[in-house]
Amino acid sequence: MVHDSKFTNPVIKWIDTRLPIFTLLQREYLEFQMPRNVNYLWASGALATLALVMLMVTGILLSMQYTANTTMAFASVEHIMRDVNYGWLLRDLHANLSSFFFAAIYVHMARGIYYGSYQNPRELLWLIGALIFLLMVMTGFLGYVLPWGQMSFWAATVITNLFSAFPVVGDPIVTWLWGGFSVDNPTLNRFYTLHFMLPFVLLAVVILHVAALHSVGSNNPLGIDPRGPDETVPFHPYVTIKDLFACCVFLLVVAAFVFFAPTYWGHPDNFIPANPMVTPSHIVPEWYYLWLYAILRGIPDKLGGTVAMFGAVLVLFVIPWLDTAKVRSLKFRPRARVCFWLMIIDIVVLSFCGARSPEGVWVLLARVGTGYYFVYFLILMPLLGRFETPRPMPASILESLKKAAGVAVLATAAGALTLGFAGVAQAEEVALPSHTWHQAGPFGTIDQKQAKRGFQVYQEVCSHCHALTLVPFRALAGIGFTEDQIKEIAAQWPYQVDDEPNDEGKVLKRAPRPYDRIVGPFANDKEAGAVMGGLLPPDLSVITKARHGGEDYIAALLTGYQESAPAGFKLIDGRFYNEYFPGHQIGMPQMLQDDSVSYADGTKATAEQEAEDVAVFLSFVADPTQDERKHLGLRVMLFLLVLTGLMYGCKRAVWHDLH
Amino acid sequence: MPSITHPIGADAAEGGGGAPSRRHFLYLGTAAMGAAGLGAAAWPFIDSMNPASDTLALATIEVNIASVQPGQMIVAAWQGKPVFIRRRTPEEIKAAQDVDITTLRDAEADSARVQKPEWLILIGVCTHLGCVPMFDGNALHLGDGGFGGWFCSCHGSQFDTAGRIRKGPAPRNLSVPRYVFLSEAVIKIG
Repeated sequence: MVHDSKFTNPVIKWIDTRLPIFTLLQREYLEFQMPRNVNYLWASGALATLALVMLMVTGILLSMQYTANTTMAFASVEHIMRDVNYGWLLRDLHANLSSFFFAAIYVHMARGIYYGSYQNPRELLWLIGALIFLLMVMTGFLGYVLPWGQMSFWAATVITNLFSAFPVVGDPIVTWLWGGFSVDNPTLNRFYTLHFMLPFVLLAVVILHVAALHSVGSNNPLGIDPRGPDETVPFHPYVTIKDLFACCVFLLVVAAFVFFAPTYWGHPDNFIPANPMVTPSHIVPEWYYLWLYAILRGIPDKLGGTVAMFGAVLVLFVIPWLDTAKVRSLKFRPRARVCFWLMIIDIVVLSFCGARSPEGVWVLLARVGTGYYFVYFLILMPLLGRFETPRPMPASILESLKKAAGVAVLATAAGALTLGFAGVAQAEEVALPSHTWHQAGPFGTIDQKQAKRGFQVYQEVCSHCHALTLVPFRALAGIGFTEDQIKEIAAQWPYQVDDEPNDEGKVLKRAPRPYDRIVGPFANDKEAGAVMGGLLPPDLSVITKARHGGEDYIAALLTGYQESAPAGFKLIDGRFYNEYFPGHQIGMPQMLQDDSVSYADGTKATAEQEAEDVAVFLSFVADPTQDERKHLGLRVMLFLLVLTGLMYGCKRAVWHDLH
Repeated sequence: MPSITHPIGADAAEGGGGAPSRRHFLYLGTAAMGAAGLGAAAWPFIDSMNPASDTLALATIEVNIASVQPGQMIVAAWQGKPVFIRRRTPEEIKAAQDVDITTLRDAEADSARVQKPEWLILIGVCTHLGCVPMFDGNALHLGDGGFGGWFCSCHGSQFDTAGRIRKGPAPRNLSVPRYVFLSEAVIKIG
């Protein structure tokens, strides 16, 4: 049977007659009937889809530059940040969008639970959604491993080791996951493959999710089915314009982080290259896994904790059968509503527990939180449905077309919640003397004069122990050195690099050239250790990102020495007392004194001035595109603000005759 | 039935909320701005696939040619491509200079292709489809009807002692890279 296409455009008609794709799009995205009382929480699906698409686009482009090899992965990510055109934008978008993808999905899930969107006939829709969440959790974890920093490596180790909790099969499974006897190159390689592949699976499941939704129709805040066409609106333009407006607001928030605080959700330890020999003192997952992490640690038993954590996700799959209520929306179920909000608060509390060391009150809180999480789903949900008498329901959607106050509360709570997690990661910081940095804030730029002085300090003092192996000499152009000056600096550098094999096949040393990295005195860590008495001067390429406090920490550390340790403090021989160094025992003596260098521009070289200058230089080398990033960011924000305003105008115009 | 080619919201343009034309203008303006934003946003993504700054930084190389004797050739790697640096014999130079350039497919005098007649510097990539031609003095013997230069085994293009296309499918002469003699012994390519 030939499809009878109703389109008039001959090309569209020709295609549509043979493959009714336009009819399908028209039916599902233009005419599809939505309850007219859906609120902005119904845009969370669109936001999540937008995030997924943007993650896939940025991800595919990143995959063209990334190298999945343990010796190169960390440097290849820095290569993307420094050398690839707009590579910093791709990477910062990708890293930040994962947070916002989870934020959108958490709001989406909370909405589903609040309004009973999993009840008959939407059980399968919910199941597919839970599967999407499971796939997201896996994909996000796999992706976090790829930059191959300390957090990447130890996340991979800890999470894969979860499987070792299972008796008998546990250890063989872990070995199989690793492809070796520890997390290593085979692990990184397969994680990369899986991280690339799973999003496509995810996308396919999303399509199923949408297909299922369009077969049963959208739920709405009242949880009652629309009676007829006067209670619904066509998807286009009414819902499309709302979704577009929501997308604009979403992009504004994402852009604010990407351009002005790209490492906000990250962790300084992940700017330290993976080291299988040393675990960071305090490892935490990304904020969106913290509640699961708290459940894992809350149970004082390895297998129990693992089972509880998996159970916390798996319980989502049986919600449609745990809830026995006949009424969907919690609007009409005051008791269930209180329990729901307690569950949301519970997840926030669990997240805070997950971010803290498992000590003292946090352990207790985590256990109580874990308990309530399961009680809510396994006991309260079935019981409340059976015994709670719902409040009287409106007979129809039209009858109660009022602003839903709950929405604003829910949205604000979700927003506050996500932002609240920020504080979580910033736990336990030593107060650092604060400085006024020229590069601080959205309008700040690197003070090139100061950065140049900082380079002088680095060159004359720091470079004798510390290398900048991610930074080529040519990068100095970013703080105002000319091409000839850079050539001169490289040629005069006291440390040499390997030349190409000569005609006899011998590898000789030569002076660096502008495209070479800023090498240090040591060929490798072993040599450094041998020369420095077992100490390893860290590479300074990303040091301001790799330490809590950034520039403030560097400046404080360099001037934070005290003649002698306080009474009662036991200083190891050969170490120095530093107020700001974690543990206070530092191997590096105070290197910056007054007049350690003499500045050509007449600036008085006090130790404080030198420390501040070198901190600015190190801020530049850690993030050489920061000025470009903020400059572009301001223009993007301005554009998005105007577009958001226009979109809101459109939304009002479209909805005008309905309100 | 509404057509999907209508602008956003055109169906709803009737009714209150300002004159339809004003609303129409708002819809069109927003759509145009959104489209412009999408277009501008595409550029960083496209540009990310262009050569990165570390690749561009390797755009020049220096080659020591002191040990190359007449009739010998060295191959240097530049931007991932072979560069032929051939010290020509007087016989080769003469052959290159004696050609009537009006008979050539890509007319170019030998003097336009070298800085010093003795040194011929070429990018060793066939202008047909990118294979590396081999220098084959025997098969392409000068005086035996050969051209004394390079032969591309992929599709049979033949180049003379100035690297000019003489026979076969290649449309242009082998390219001459930008280079300078830093001294008698060292050239900088790029």
